Amino acid sequence: MKQDEVRQIRELIARHKRRDFGFGLVGLACLLIGVLTFTALFVDMAIKGVPRLDWDFFTSFPSRRAGQAGILSAWVGSTLVMLVTAAVAVPLGVAAGVYLEEYARKNWVTDVIEINITNLAGVPSIVYGLLALGLFVYAFGLGQSILAAGLTLALLILPVVIVATREAIRSIPQSIREGAYALGATQWQTVKDHILPYAAPGILTGVIIGMARAIGETAPVITIGALTFIAFLPPSPLEGNPVRVAVLAVHRDADPDVQLDLAA
Amino acid sequence: MAAMTGPDTNLAAKAEVQNLNFYYGEYHALKNLNMVLHEKNVTALIGPSGCGKSTFLRCFNRMHDLYPGNRYEGNILLHPENTNLLSREVDPIEVRMRISMVFQKPNPFPKSIYENVAYGLRVRGERRKRYVDEKVEQALRGAALWDEVTDRLDDLAFNLSGGQQQRLCIARALATDPEILLFDEPTSALDPIATASIEELITDLKGRLTILIVTHNMQQAARVSDFTAYMYLGEIIEFGVTDAIFIKPKMKQTEDYITGRFG
Repeated sequence: MKQDEVRQIRELIARHKRRDFGFGLVGLACLLIGVLTFTALFVDMAIKGVPRLDWDFFTSFPSRRAGQAGILSAWVGSTLVMLVTAAVAVPLGVAAGVYLEEYARKNWVTDVIEINITNLAGVPSIVYGLLALGLFVYAFGLGQSILAAGLTLALLILPVVIVATREAIRSIPQSIREGAYALGATQWQTVKDHILPYAAPGILTGVIIGMARAIGETAPVITIGALTFIAFLPPSPLEGNPVRVAVLAVHRDADPDVQLDLAA
Repeated sequence: MAAMTGPDTNLAAKAEVQNLNFYYGEYHALKNLNMVLHEKNVTALIGPSGCGKSTFLRCFNRMHDLYPGNRYEGNILLHPENTNLLSREVDPIEVRMRISMVFQKPNPFPKSIYENVAYGLRVRGERRKRYVDEKVEQALRGAALWDEVTDRLDDLAFNLSGGQQQRLCIARALATDPEILLFDEPTSALDPIATASIEELITDLKGRLTILIVTHNMQQAARVSDFTAYMYLGEIIEFGVTDAIFIKPKMKQTEDYITGRFG
């Protein structure tokens, strides 16, 4: 009888272990699909692309003659736009998130604001483009400048930054706050010395996700009138001359082979 | 529950609790408490879970102000100048600068050992490095931690053991020379050896400042405290000299709790 029970238990464990192993295999297969696809694409691109890459590719403007074509205006434009976006979205987003989590009273107004911010993260980017066209380009008279494009993308990623900041702050144990308050710290001292440093990794993740989304967005920037083929650099971020914003749109969206053939 | 006969003593009072009532929203958590904290003595609060010990303790440094819907009534007078700690005109930040607190679970900041202890001084805007160094060493010595951390003051506080972290929190509370030190079940998350070291520390500290300690451990109250208050359902049932409470409690209910027949 006793022997029998032990045997039964062993069989049960063996069955459970087979299932365990089975799930391990399925998980590995799922991982490999992603990894192999990415590796194949990357290797293919590297084999075809690397021999044709040279310094001139980065320092030349787009050109009708494939041999001389480069991406200078595209990467300079994208970098400048990203700088504006980061400079606007990070301080605004983090400050708004901290205020909502630490300072604001919890009542129905903050609930409504919270729901709205979360929903804003799901608004199609073209809507932001239209808003920016009316607001930044025409109403504020910024024209089709780097500044207008950067502000548009900042608007687009603001909800992402705010939500990430709030999540990061919410995960901080209450004991850290109480510890600081118990020593006579004010709310701002607590935020500055403990909340922000503790939440920094989470906030940074949100900022990176937001920036990655912003750099890949073409629709709102085209809406406000960005050019997709330009053979000059923007003179200053503030001047409102209508042909100014450099975007990688055509190059990025194009098939990598076509793009590299162009560059060759 | 009129057994509020205080202990016969000529000790100076550091704080006096008068008709304290406390509400969490509608819930009446503390009912008409009256008690005296004697200067440079240890007073223990004992009682079953949920009796309001911690709630009472947290009135002393206005921790309840951090959360909405809490309300105090009555006075806690801080001697010698008779400031009512609960008064709306008194800034809770001022109260917390004078009355430090050590929590149930060690809660060091995710910073270096040095910065943890120095934080109370930094909050006060202290910038003189020499002075801060001195205070940090003094506080760490006071918390019997100095010898263990002398050569790793820049290590992250999380690398310390649980007992060391709790002593670090005590050092952090001591660095600003508080008048009263509040302990909220300071050893409930620690092993027996760490507990013994914290208890020894409390005994050492009492010559220097006034201590109020919440404990669920009656032996601990008997070991470290000079005065004890037994609380039940938000009321102080009995308050007196610790020895008297433990040897000859006046109230039947206190006796039942202490002898383990209840609670």
